[in-house]
Amino acid sequence: MITLFSAGAIAVMVTMALAVARAIAGPTIFDRILAVNMFGTKAVLLIALFAFISGRMDVLDIALLYSLLNFVGVIAALRLVQRGKGFADEHEDRA
Amino acid sequence: MNWIDIITGIFISIGCVFGIIGGIGMHRLPDFYSRLHAGGLTDTLCSFMILCGLALQAGLTLAAAKLLLIFLFLFFTSPTASYSLATNAWQYGLRPQGTPSQPRTSDGGQIE
Repeated sequence: MITLFSAGAIAVMVTMALAVARAIAGPTIFDRILAVNMFGTKAVLLIALFAFISGRMDVLDIALLYSLLNFVGVIAALRLVQRGKGFADEHEDRA
Repeated sequence: MNWIDIITGIFISIGCVFGIIGGIGMHRLPDFYSRLHAGGLTDTLCSFMILCGLALQAGLTLAAAKLLLIFLFLFFTSPTASYSLATNAWQYGLRPQGTPSQPRTSDGGQIE
């Protein structure tokens, strides 16, 4: 069973690497936010798999918390981008 | 290797295959809006498979309840995040590749 979980963890890590590659190469900012969102979800799965590899089940709370944070992070990033075009141009301030 | 382990193996391998397919889809698909599909697909299906396989392995314990909570949360928030991503991208002016009107260049440049 442990080998199965480790193989699953490696596969999830490959997906995370692909997501980071998309985040770096992503042309628009929304590609980057999407890649970060996918990375976060895969991190949750990695933590869950690690909980079963190490046998310590209380790590699952961290996975739950991280999925909460990931969702809030995506929404916050989108709010930042949407309002004032991500504050990139400071001379344009909107109420 | 009783039948629970076999089913766990099947579920986790299918979940990992879908995860890698989604990761490859993030690179193969040409446009942000089609990449959104790849991102959204893997989030829900891959996590369902893997968490289901782990829950089978955990049996009826607190860990399985936590896994169910994680899955329920991912199940409800991932489509919401994809939706808000698409809405914000549309309002920002990013149009899918095929549409004639391209007020903004695809690399997110400003409107001239």
